[in-house]
Amino acid sequence: MRKFICIVCPKGCHLEVDDQLKVTGNSCKRGETYGISEATNPVRMVTSTVKIKSELITRLPVRTDQPIPKSRIFDVMAEINKLEVTAPVAIKDVLIANVLGLGSNIIATRTVEK
Amino acid sequence: MMIHYDLVVIGGGSAGLAAAISAYDQGIRKIIILEKDPYLGGILLQCIHNGFGLHQFKTEMSGPEYAEKYIEELKTRAIEYRTTAMVLKITPELEVHYSNANDGYQIIKAKAIICATGCSERTRGAISIPGDRVAGVMTAGQAQRYLNIEGYMVGKKVFILGSGDIGLIMARRMVLEGAEVLGVAEIMPYSNGLNRNIVQCLQDYHIPLYLHHTVKKIIGKERVEKIILGEVDDNFQFIPGHDKEFVIDTLLLSVGLIPSNPLLENIGIAIHPKTKGPIVDESLQTSIPGIFACGNGLHVHDLVDFVSGEGERAGIFASRYIKGELQAKQENLILEAKNGISYIMPSKINLNHVDQVLLSFRVAKPYLNVYLKVSLNGKEIKKIKKLYLLPAEMESLVLNKDILQAGTLTLEVLDA
Repeated sequence: MRKFICIVCPKGCHLEVDDQLKVTGNSCKRGETYGISEATNPVRMVTSTVKIKSELITRLPVRTDQPIPKSRIFDVMAEINKLEVTAPVAIKDVLIANVLGLGSNIIATRTVEK
Repeated sequence: MMIHYDLVVIGGGSAGLAAAISAYDQGIRKIIILEKDPYLGGILLQCIHNGFGLHQFKTEMSGPEYAEKYIEELKTRAIEYRTTAMVLKITPELEVHYSNANDGYQIIKAKAIICATGCSERTRGAISIPGDRVAGVMTAGQAQRYLNIEGYMVGKKVFILGSGDIGLIMARRMVLEGAEVLGVAEIMPYSNGLNRNIVQCLQDYHIPLYLHHTVKKIIGKERVEKIILGEVDDNFQFIPGHDKEFVIDTLLLSVGLIPSNPLLENIGIAIHPKTKGPIVDESLQTSIPGIFACGNGLHVHDLVDFVSGEGERAGIFASRYIKGELQAKQENLILEAKNGISYIMPSKINLNHVDQVLLSFRVAKPYLNVYLKVSLNGKEIKKIKKLYLLPAEMESLVLNKDILQAGTLTLEVLDA
């Protein structure tokens, strides 16, 4: 039996998911889906910043463009921290393609012209 | 020499950008945005986390991406803006005094002004935490700026006081950057942050949340060395023998946001006792005709999407004012927050100005399975079932004019 707080809506139902993936405590169908995904394959978006050589700013905000497994967040952070980029950079530029083979790119989330 | 503009928007963050764009789309052509920072975008630029835009764009993005969407929109229109431009004062005659390095000291005469000046964080002084005056104690938003914009780590062993969203977001952010976050304390028996942040910022990283706790004392010589955390009872009195000690080097405060309105207060504009923003009518107009307010400078929002929405509305109403369509200033419906409602925005409504009214409000404490009751002059006109109402979530309600008339409208929470 595993316990989660549902984040599908602000109500925050306290879910319990058993070994057969039966969800209890939810008030709606979406809560059941959330409970099962948290119990089987929880994923998260990762956002951070990297060093940038630019006349305007010193840190460039970045993120994964797809959610990655929760268990790999710190591995992805380690890859992000190796990055150093030089302006110009456009929003959505891919800085690392398919990071650690997880099917997600690391992309820039701010345009820096110079 | 006085420069003339139709509309001056003070603040180039999410509210100001949306306001300028919407006023332009209403046909107003001489618009200028005055922004104090070196770039447009406001606080969004340091909010690098995800989750913005779900309502406005039906997709999730980070703060800088959300800002860039609006900045791109702005640049497709002939809207002027000045950065590093500090507004020093405004006058009831709709003059705006600002200065920056390029323009020097300038006075603009406007036909309307929209104040979109955002909010500021409550500090250690605002909640009077006893103890040593040491380095390493700062607001969560300040730490967010150091880390995400300047690129400085503010500490390695961190405790966070207050469960506001910025505090929760910074708990995760500090952990991801290699710090140890020992806990988050909240004096109330419930969190003030959004649920998804409790889960994804604290639970994901096994950071304990101490409800009904607050910092009793800050101890240190040059820099904070430890804190004493105390547990409080239902009357917020410390329970003897329940103290905990944490060895830390940084204490972040996330203990509330207050609309930032010195420009308005200086000219005597009436301030709402609860929201600390100006008192406005249905057109988001303050007590001085032609001066409008929106965004976190009007009342603190949880989601930027609603800030943008309010900015758009301020742009529309300011345009109508400039075109001479909002002349009658007397309000004929007064709004009153009663049982369980912390505040309602706007405070008053001129029914001649609108076909429907959008009310924004917050509850004073969490409720499950209740009714919202709307009464007009003491008679119930609407009752809405709510599965939940939370102080951390701003609520809204649209009322059509046909059910309204002059008098007093009250909003209250009723047990089911």
